[in-house]
Amino acid sequence: MTILYVLTALTLIASLIADIEKTKKALKISVKKLLKILPAFVKMLILVSFILYFVPDEVIVKYLGESSGVYGLFAGLSFGSVTMMPGFIAFPLGGILLEKGVSYMNIAAFTTTLMLVGILTYPVEKEYLGRKITILRNVISFIIAVVITLIIGLIYGEVF
Amino acid sequence: MVLKKHSSTIIFTIFLGFILFSYLIKFEPGIIIKDNFTSFTIGMLKVLPAAFILIGLFEVWVKKETIERHFGEDSGFKGFFWAIILASTTVGGTYVAFPVAYSLYQKGAKYSIIFTYIGASALTRIPMTLFEISFLGIKFTVIRLLTSIPLVILSSIWMGRYVEKRNFYFRK
Repeated sequence: MTILYVLTALTLIASLIADIEKTKKALKISVKKLLKILPAFVKMLILVSFILYFVPDEVIVKYLGESSGVYGLFAGLSFGSVTMMPGFIAFPLGGILLEKGVSYMNIAAFTTTLMLVGILTYPVEKEYLGRKITILRNVISFIIAVVITLIIGLIYGEVF
Repeated sequence: MVLKKHSSTIIFTIFLGFILFSYLIKFEPGIIIKDNFTSFTIGMLKVLPAAFILIGLFEVWVKKETIERHFGEDSGFKGFFWAIILASTTVGGTYVAFPVAYSLYQKGAKYSIIFTYIGASALTRIPMTLFEISFLGIKFTVIRLLTSIPLVILSSIWMGRYVEKRNFYFRK
């Protein structure tokens, strides 16, 4: 995060030195774009806060930890698709699951759908890509997540 | 129409009302939901201002021809490579990748490269990948990257063609 701010500050300074007027214009664009998308972000945040109440970490650990085989696979795919969490929470969670004896495949089902499928980011994505492309992209992403999961299962010898 | 335009204001007002009411009657779920909301909002506010400043600077400084040459119709395979490199340095989450992707689109990047960028930003962000390695092991991460990157490129090429054929467009 610090790198992001250092980088932004340096770029901004370089831009100011090169052309003050252009920089002003850039910042106007930044503010305008941010304000325009803010309502969609608010919707997304409200969605996230409700979903995380109904599907907290403990529930994910419980279901993935207890259900094995195909059920665990489906649990992973579903939880990963409907929730949203940053990597610094998701992967420690994956570590806990691994210690509990959950298969790599079922963990992958969870983490890959978490990364690729964005049901909760729908309000934001739709504003940029439009409804049709957003839905298409998420369906394809889900399929890709399933393929990756199965390949991981095959390589770790967990399928069949 | 008016309702649609103000939908997020209405939703947010109802949400605030729900939170206030939850506090008044000590409704536990409401309080947990409010805590979730604040923690995610703070996390996002840390990233968004910087990301949008960079997007603004990108818009004024980077020429359309540059993006067209590197990410446009005639960019060839190198375009995908650079899209993935750009994606791996994306911070936050895909919610940051969408506005960046949109700016690339307006500057003349082609669909397949934009989709590759979005997909790769979900899969290859460096800080996230490092977390994955430390908790699930390098073998897991290597397999995941080696399988996911080709799949993302192939599906993005297919999606690019499909979107053009069906005349789907990004928001204007």
